[in-house]
Amino acid sequence: MRNLSGNLLDISYLDTLAAGDSPLHRLDPRAKLIVTIAFIIAVVSFDRYTISALMPFGLYPVVLISAGRIPAMYLLKKIFLVAPFAVMVGIFNPLIDTTVLYHIGPWGFSGGWVSLVSILLRFCLTVAAALALLALTGFNAVCESLLTLGMPRPFVVQLSFFYRYMFVLGEEAGRVARARSLRSFDGRAMGLTEFGSFSGHLLLRTLDRAERIYRAMCCRGFDGHVPALRRMRKGVYTDVFFVLGWLVLFFIFRYYDPAGKLGAFMTGVWR
Amino acid sequence: MSHHIVQALDIHYTYPDGTVGLAGVSFSISHGESVALVGENGAGKSTLLQHLNGCLLPESGSVRIGDSFLNPKNLASVRRAVGMVFQNPDDQLFMPTVFDDVAFGLLNLGFTEDDARRRVAEALETVGAGHLAGRPPYKLSIGEKRAVAIATVWAMSPDILVMDEPSASLDPRSRSRLIALLQTFKHTKIIATHDLDMAAQLCERTIVLHQGKVTADGQTVDVFRNEELLHLSSLEKPLGMQNCPVCTTAALLKSPRSHHPHGH
Amino acid sequence: MHMADALISPAVGGTMWCASAGLIGYSARKLRQEGDDRKVPLMGVLGAFVFAAQMINFSIPGTGSSGHLGGGMLLAILLGPYAALLVMASILTVQALFFADGGLLALGCNIFNLGFIPCFLVYPLVYRSIAGRNQTKQRILVASLVAAILGLQLGAFSVVLETVASGISELPFGTFVLLMQPIHLAIGVVEGLATAAVVGFVWQARPEILGTIVSSRPKIKTATGRVAAVFLVSTAIIGGVLSWFASTAPDGLEWAMQRTSGKAELAASSNTHAALAVVQSKTAWLPDYDLPVADRPVAGTDARQPAWPSVSAGKSLSGLVGGGLTLIIILLFGWALSRRRVSWLEGDRHA
Repeated sequence: MRNLSGNLLDISYLDTLAAGDSPLHRLDPRAKLIVTIAFIIAVVSFDRYTISALMPFGLYPVVLISAGRIPAMYLLKKIFLVAPFAVMVGIFNPLIDTTVLYHIGPWGFSGGWVSLVSILLRFCLTVAAALALLALTGFNAVCESLLTLGMPRPFVVQLSFFYRYMFVLGEEAGRVARARSLRSFDGRAMGLTEFGSFSGHLLLRTLDRAERIYRAMCCRGFDGHVPALRRMRKGVYTDVFFVLGWLVLFFIFRYYDPAGKLGAFMTGVWR
Repeated sequence: MSHHIVQALDIHYTYPDGTVGLAGVSFSISHGESVALVGENGAGKSTLLQHLNGCLLPESGSVRIGDSFLNPKNLASVRRAVGMVFQNPDDQLFMPTVFDDVAFGLLNLGFTEDDARRRVAEALETVGAGHLAGRPPYKLSIGEKRAVAIATVWAMSPDILVMDEPSASLDPRSRSRLIALLQTFKHTKIIATHDLDMAAQLCERTIVLHQGKVTADGQTVDVFRNEELLHLSSLEKPLGMQNCPVCTTAALLKSPRSHHPHGH
Repeated sequence: MHMADALISPAVGGTMWCASAGLIGYSARKLRQEGDDRKVPLMGVLGAFVFAAQMINFSIPGTGSSGHLGGGMLLAILLGPYAALLVMASILTVQALFFADGGLLALGCNIFNLGFIPCFLVYPLVYRSIAGRNQTKQRILVASLVAAILGLQLGAFSVVLETVASGISELPFGTFVLLMQPIHLAIGVVEGLATAAVVGFVWQARPEILGTIVSSRPKIKTATGRVAAVFLVSTAIIGGVLSWFASTAPDGLEWAMQRTSGKAELAASSNTHAALAVVQSKTAWLPDYDLPVADRPVAGTDARQPAWPSVSAGKSLSGLVGGGLTLIIILLFGWALSRRRVSWLEGDRHA
């Protein structure tokens, strides 16, 4: 269950962060989008028992967070809030896969536990990277870069409309829900008929609003095509450097397992 | 369109659900006039405004803007001439940022990017919203939203400015800023409003609508003095024209309301 | 029932991404052909509506728990399949980006499960045939209910297939199906009732809305079969190719290395590297630690290796040390990076 106004505040907070200024904020949104997608693909491409080899990938979100001056605690909280789903699916692994895979001292760890940890680790990494991307770029810039990266225009246009009116309708629904809860004293959730009329009314108002917006657009010369000013600069050296640098790093992390090498080296040295 | 005339000739309009919106409305507004459109809730003000730029087309009767009668073929040029500020700025601000929103109309008109940028900046400065350019509309206060909504229309430099309830839900200072801004617009203005004080300040002429018909059309001062007419249309004399109880002891004793703000 | 990034393999995620991107492109082109300008704001605003309505909970009769609207079927009823798919895709995109519902890589799966299935399969084939031309309130109710249940069953099944195909979660197929389908039967009933409640309300209050939207829609029935066929074929092809790549890529890379360098491992290119390699080969317990022990339980029989618990002990300790050290280094680096920026900014301010 989600809290409507809390969620909207949360989203608008990410936009506030995205309005900040740092070298990372100033990068071309496309560069950040591409690197983040490459990052996610690299992270999820490991086999299910991988743990230590995933560690180096932590570098990417950590750099984004610290150099982009994103409050780390805020992101951590967000990640923990959404973690239950990954836990729910992964939690069966220890029950099913009980073969002991690793021994650390006297303790043995079954493959199930290892893969559960691996799932959680992947989850944290991918979520942190996606959130950091938004907090550094902002949703509208992500939309714009989707467009320049070849997503069809109708999709991107209605995506940005959706984002815009999410706040308007969210607040509207929140107000109606509050008005309802102020008059329902037992605090129970609404019944189905009530829900039908509640969201039905909201829907009718929404349709009227769509009509008014359409008129407002027509009044300013809308002809089926939503124009946009190109704010994006042409890719400059820093953007290219950012993309190439990270791609090389991800490649190294993926195929050369620096953490494993480091561990082997260290344990070897101690021995 | 040299003269910016707005003419309504016996407009009738009925909504699909059978509600009568307009039942024979006629008037003529000449260049540079500033006209208030008043009437009770549901009198047909918004419906009438929608007809002035072809958002709605009359069932019978016609609308003339400048030299031409409005028809589906000349909608584009009419909409270029008639700038419409909607009642709810959330309906009008649909683009991701304030800047994009003001640029929307300009780019549709075929302005080059540089021109569009310049005009956006000018329009935003005019309404005192230059600092809001990069902000998403949902992060603005209602007063800021309204200012930006006006800028979206202002930027296209319309010949005729049509506004629906521009002063609704504004705080007093934003309201007087709005009035000052509108006073600088020298072309034709048509303002639908319940804010009769603003109407008295801005408009020399007033049209009263009642149940889809024009019940009065004349000098603002004359219309607002006609108490019977105002009562019929669920209106009240603007505070500025009422005897102020604070100034007049006699009025204070007689008046059912002991206090209200000064309007003069 | 969002798929999550953590549960899918790149092959499955990539396949579904390509498939969904194709669907989006196809729907966008269809919409352009329809040329209905009005739909541009309508879609965005309805998406926002579904997003808001999803967060309103209602109590489920007789259970004491609560549910909420999913929205795919409702959107298809109001907008037709093409527009509904685009709207669903954007709702899922926002959820993936802001709430980490699903995730970016799983987005393709989610668009397929929650967008394609209700909008392109269930809506035209089930909802429309039950609701029929002469709609009545009862028919709408039954149609919404059946369509929503079916849509969610198919969606849940598709989640199972995607998860199993990815092989990250270890739930066996049968168990997972038995787990998912009944849960989603319940969710489907709730979704169906909610959809029916909303559509029923609109039908009563403003029947012309459903009427006009239905009548303004182009014929799609013939198209759907074709789309589905093209879609399935292309998915199979992309999936095949991608999974081949995924399963062979590491090997393929090694193969390429062998071809170019003549050795399975890259030749030590610098003196330092060579020196390290010497140290390593002398000290490390297990030079070939890259061997995926876990995937090959039979690895213990390999002649090169001793009995495998000790092997994994070596690997796990070094893994633990290496992973832990890496994490510490990264966090320190991040901390230093943020410190440096602060001091730099302050220095700047003083200057």
